[in-house]
Amino acid sequence: MSETRRAELGEQRVAVALTVNGRACRLAVEPRTTLLDALREDLALTGTKKACDRGECGACTVHVEGRRILSCMTLAAMQEGKQITTIEGLEHDGQLHAVQAAFIEQDGFQCGFCTPGQIMSAVAVIEEAKAGWPSAATADLQRPISLANLSKAEIRERMSGNLCRCSCYPNIVAAVAEAATRS
Amino acid sequence: MHPFALLRAHDATAAIAAHAQDPELAFIAGGTDLLGLIKDRATLPARLLDINGLPDMARIDARPEGGLSIGALARMSDVAVHPEVRKRFPVITEALLFSASGQLRNMASIGGNIMQRTRCAYFRDEDDLPCNKRRPGSGCAARHGLNRNHAIFGWSDVCVATNPSDLAVALAALDAHVIVRGASGERSIPFSEFHRLPGTTPATETVLKRGELIVAIEVPPSPEGRASHYLKLRDRQSYEFALVSAAAAVAVDGRRLRSVRLALGGVAPKPWRLTAAEAALSGVSLDDPGALARAIAASFGDARPLAHNAFKIELAQRVALRALQIAGERA
Ligand SMILES: Cc1cc2nc3c(=O)[nH]c(=O)nc-3n(C[C@H](O)[C@H](O)[C@H](O)COP(=O)(O)OP(=O)(O)OC[C@H]3O[C@@H](n4cnc5c(N)ncnc54)[C@H](O)[C@@H]3O)c2cc1C
Ligand code: SF4
Ligand code: FES
Ligand code: FES
Repeated sequence: MSETRRAELGEQRVAVALTVNGRACRLAVEPRTTLLDALREDLALTGTKKACDRGECGACTVHVEGRRILSCMTLAAMQEGKQITTIEGLEHDGQLHAVQAAFIEQDGFQCGFCTPGQIMSAVAVIEEAKAGWPSAATADLQRPISLANLSKAEIRERMSGNLCRCSCYPNIVAAVAEAATRS
Repeated sequence: MHPFALLRAHDATAAIAAHAQDPELAFIAGGTDLLGLIKDRATLPARLLDINGLPDMARIDARPEGGLSIGALARMSDVAVHPEVRKRFPVITEALLFSASGQLRNMASIGGNIMQRTRCAYFRDEDDLPCNKRRPGSGCAARHGLNRNHAIFGWSDVCVATNPSDLAVALAALDAHVIVRGASGERSIPFSEFHRLPGTTPATETVLKRGELIVAIEVPPSPEGRASHYLKLRDRQSYEFALVSAAAAVAVDGRRLRSVRLALGGVAPKPWRLTAAEAALSGVSLDDPGALARAIAASFGDARPLAHNAFKIELAQRVALRALQIAGERA
């Protein structure tokens, strides 16, 4: 197929309805638009960061239907009808989410570029542990797992999909541990 | 990303027909491999067919006779944490939990996982370096370049890359089947025949044909399933592909091995089953590491190292031994 023909097809915008942070949104996007670009460019929700754009860093982490995913590795048009939560959706009525508060208390960042992704991931890590999900750091796969099992080794493993170029890892782990005990 | 059209599939028969007729159409499931390849301009499909809406393809069924049926659209996380998968086949849960990251495992499908492309770092380069997989006939930058991470088994002068899937190693060891649907019905492909060796055509990595959709993976019941383990060695402890990995599953009589299933990852263009070692291990005592190591060596006669990866020959044997011992402790 010729490049022109390809461009014609690709530029035909598609309608997408999403619920973002509780708000119904209707978008008309090019099919190739990632969820990340739609959030940042179309909805001006720039809290979600774009770093590698290849699934390798976690900066773009958001929740779809309550599960953490990488918004750079999915297309906006594939999320039709879904509930999306970004970092902007965590605080309620001026109250920070427990994980946000813990990152401030434990000084879990320097430049802050990875932080929205770290926090979105950490919120999900706590939910996954509550649901009894094991990880690669879990010694006995047959035993039930709960929040009480969220050791530092567990947190490091479960948070490994979020890189921090400033290397704030010890404080990030401390923040997640603190938030987990409060949850 | 280059422009493409996006279509949604609601019905498997129509999806298969669309794929069969259109050489420029690709299925997309989680998108975690395909979108990366498109961004790197390694593949330029004109149309993507989103198969996530296909009915009944995300199920995980624990069969009464002890096997599993895993729908192609089941997510890596959901399979990993499924109580019956954890109990019956810890090797599958471990292979999945040691893969990628929590976010990627929530997105990535089982069908997409076993279809992820076999490639090396040179493959990502857009236009400067030779890569037969990317541009047939251009040469292989790794064959005489940096090849520490590459294959010691099954490679050809045309391509020396290893298959990156951890799950595939476990499924090969367990003699799983890939259930594939095409225009003329279903076929069941034994896992060890699903991936092919590069030979002179490294761009063709599986036996799947155009117009075929993976619908499920069937894991047969096996007496070795419960006593199984996946051991993965990497250059960093997490969120990294395998340098060398091993899937081991055993059945025992007391401390003696009655039957063994053993496969390696990170060493070949496909999951590498150690059939000679499996035969030699039968009857060997778990308390005799020397005899275990000698039996494992039976599968390494045909190992062929490249300039920078001879260490993998020794490392792979040690990883296989350790995986076998841990599986043995679970028996
Ligand atoms: C940073 C990073 C780290 C990773 N680390 C690991 C790791 O450590 N171990 C590991 O095993 N993997 C790893 N992966 C790879 C990851 O597991 C795969 O990208 C993922 O499993 C692919 O699944 P998907 O559903 O996203 O596939 P997609 O990207 O949607 O599809 C991949 C391919 O499969 C085809 N396909 C999908 N479903 C079907 C079907 N039902 N029938 C026929 N064809 C189909 C598509 O057409 C496409 O060609 C990593 C990936 C990233 C980005
Ligand atoms: S090993 Fe294969 S993928 Fe890597 S450069 Fe050679 S041909 Fe390309
Ligand atoms: S920007 Fe998505 S993982 Fe890095
Ligand atoms: S705080 Fe700077 S990248 Fe993490």
